[in-house]
Amino acid sequence: MNSEKIFKYLLVGSGILMVLIALGIVATLFVGSIPSFKEFGFGFLFSTEWDPTEGRETYGALPFIIGTLLTSILALIITFPFAFSISLFLGEYFKNGALPSFLRSVVDLLAGIPSVVYGLWGFYALKPLVAELGLNAQGFGIFTSSVILAIMIIPYASSLGAEVISMVPGSLKEAAYSLGATRFEVVKNVIVPNAGSGIFAGYILALGRAIGETMAVTMLIGNSNNMPSGIFDLGNTMASLIANQFGEAEGLKYTSLIEIGLILFVITGIVNYIGKLIMKKLSA
Amino acid sequence: MKKFQLLFTAVIAVALMASCGNAGKDKAASNEKAKTITGAGATFPQPFYNKIFKSYTKEKGLLVTYGGIGSGGGIRSLKDKIVDFGASDAFLNDKKLADMPGEVLHVPTCLGAVVAAYNLPGKPELKFTPELMEGVFMGKITNWSDAKIAAVNPDVKLPDMEITVVYRSDGSGTTFIFSDYMSKVSAEWKEKIGAGKALKWPVGIGAKGNPGVAGTISQTEGAIGYIGSEYAFAMGIPVASIQNKAGNFIHPSVESVSASAKGEMPADTRVSLTNTDAVDGYPISSFTWLILYKEQNYNDRSADQAAQTIKLIEWVVSPEAQKETTKVHYAPLPEAAVAKAKAVLNKVTYNGKALK
Repeated sequence: MNSEKIFKYLLVGSGILMVLIALGIVATLFVGSIPSFKEFGFGFLFSTEWDPTEGRETYGALPFIIGTLLTSILALIITFPFAFSISLFLGEYFKNGALPSFLRSVVDLLAGIPSVVYGLWGFYALKPLVAELGLNAQGFGIFTSSVILAIMIIPYASSLGAEVISMVPGSLKEAAYSLGATRFEVVKNVIVPNAGSGIFAGYILALGRAIGETMAVTMLIGNSNNMPSGIFDLGNTMASLIANQFGEAEGLKYTSLIEIGLILFVITGIVNYIGKLIMKKLSA
Repeated sequence: MKKFQLLFTAVIAVALMASCGNAGKDKAASNEKAKTITGAGATFPQPFYNKIFKSYTKEKGLLVTYGGIGSGGGIRSLKDKIVDFGASDAFLNDKKLADMPGEVLHVPTCLGAVVAAYNLPGKPELKFTPELMEGVFMGKITNWSDAKIAAVNPDVKLPDMEITVVYRSDGSGTTFIFSDYMSKVSAEWKEKIGAGKALKWPVGIGAKGNPGVAGTISQTEGAIGYIGSEYAFAMGIPVASIQNKAGNFIHPSVESVSASAKGEMPADTRVSLTNTDAVDGYPISSFTWLILYKEQNYNDRSADQAAQTIKLIEWVVSPEAQKETTKVHYAPLPEAAVAKAKAVLNKVTYNGKALK
C-alpha cells in the first residue's frame, strides 16, 4: 500500500469521523430531551414559565429563545458600522503600513481574549456606565450584554470582510476610476457588490458566535428567567441558562435543559443555513 | 485496501483486548490495597474538604481526591457508584433515598450558614425580622426608607434608595438552605416560591456563585442578597443580624452557627437546622453531609478500599480535623453531632459484616 492511498484513507476517515461526531451530538441531545418533550410537547417552545419549584415544575423555553435572539441580533446591529469600517480600512484604504498592521493585530487580539475577561470588564466598566447613563437601574440586562457581544464579535465580522475586499480585482476598480468615479462610488458600486457575499459570511460567523456565547453574557444579563419586556430589561439566554443550571439539575429540569441545548443547536443550524442561502444569492 | 482492513482490525482487536484486560483487573481488585479515595459533591464545604483531605494525604500517604461538582452531581456520582463517597448540602429526602440503588448513610461534617449581605452607604449594621426578610426578598418592600425596616432598625438612618435583590443564578445548596428557612418562617413564601436549589424569583438580579452575588452586591448601591457565610466571613462583607425563633437578633458567627445545632438530632442525622429552636443559634444554619453506601462492597471495591474510606470519614469528624473548620470560616460539629456521626459509621458493612 503506498503513501498516497494511506493519506487518502486518513482524509476520508477524519471526514467521516467529523460527521459521526456531529450526528452523535444531535442524537445525544435528541435522546436526552425526549422526556421533556413528552411532558411539554411543542408548548415548550412557546411557554414563558420557568418554575423549578418541586411539586409544580414547569419549563418553557421562550424567554431564553427571545433572550438569545435579542442579544445576538442587537450585537450584530451594534457591531456592523465598526466591523464594516475596519474591513474597508484594512481591505481597501490602508492595506499596508505600520498603522494598519497595528490595527489588524489589535482586532485579532480581541478574538483571543477569553470571554470571562470580557465579562469582568463589562461588569466593572461597562455596567456602571450603563447605570450612569440611566438606561436601567443597575446596569445589567440585554442591552449591556449586547454591547459586550458586539465588541467580542468585531474580529469575526471584520477579518473575513477585509480579506474579500482586498481581493476585489484591481482592474475593476481602475475601470471605475477611469470613468470618473469617486472613491466612495467605487466602494458603493464596485467593492460592496463584489465582496458582498464574503462580507456577509463574516457577519453570519459573528452571529453564530454571539448566539453561543455564555460566560460574558451570564455575568451581565442579570439571569432573570422571566420574559424580558424590552432591550433594557433583564433577561437570560439559552447558553447562559444551561451553564447556570446544569450543575445541580435533575429529573425534568435536566432533560428540559438538554432540550434547550437541542433548540440552541437547531437555531445555530438555521442561522448558518440562511446565511448560506443569502450568500448564494449574493454571489450569483 | 486489504492491508488497510487488516490494520483496522488489528487496532480494534488491541482496543478490545485492552478493555477486557481492564475488566479482568477490576475483578481481581477485591483483595487489593486502596490507593486513592475519591469523593465528589457540594461546593459549599469544598474549601474545608480541600484543606483537610490535603493534610490527610500528606499524613497517611493515601491520596484523597475531592471534586466540587455540586450536591446534585455528588448524589448522581454515588448513584452511579463511581465514587467512594458523595457530599451534599441538603440531606436526601425519603423519596431520593428510595431512588438510590442501596441504603445510603449521612455523616455530617461541619456547619455553615447563609447570610444576608447588603451594600448601603456608611455600612450600617442592620437587623432583620423574618417578616422583613419576606418583604424584601419577595419584592414587597422596595425602598430602604420603608417604615417597616425603620421600625426594626430605629437607630439607623436609612437612605431613600431602591432595593435590588441579588440571588444565585446557578442551582446551589446555598439557595436551598436560604429558601428552606424562608419557607419555614413565611407561609406566603412557601406557597409562592417554595424551597429548592433554584427558584422562580419574583424580583431581582441573578449572579453566578458566591463571588458573583458578592461582586454584584458590592457593585450595586442598595443591593441585598444571600451568600454562604464562609465566603462572607472570609471577605469581611457587612451582613445582617436575623431574629431567630426565640426572638433574639443573632449576628452570624462561627459560635452562633455552631449553637444552632444544639437541639435534638435524629439517629440518621438528617435534620434541618433552619429556624432553629436554640436561643443563641443563628436561624439560617445548616449541616453539610458526606453520603456513602451502608454496604461498602459495590462495583468490585476491595475490603481495604472500604475500610480506608470509613477511616477517612471517621477522621473528618475527629477533633484533629474539626479544629480546622474555623480556619476556613465554618463552624465545627457540636459533640452530640460527632457522637451521632460515629454511630452512623458503625453501621457500615462489607459483604454484610460490620466493618468495625
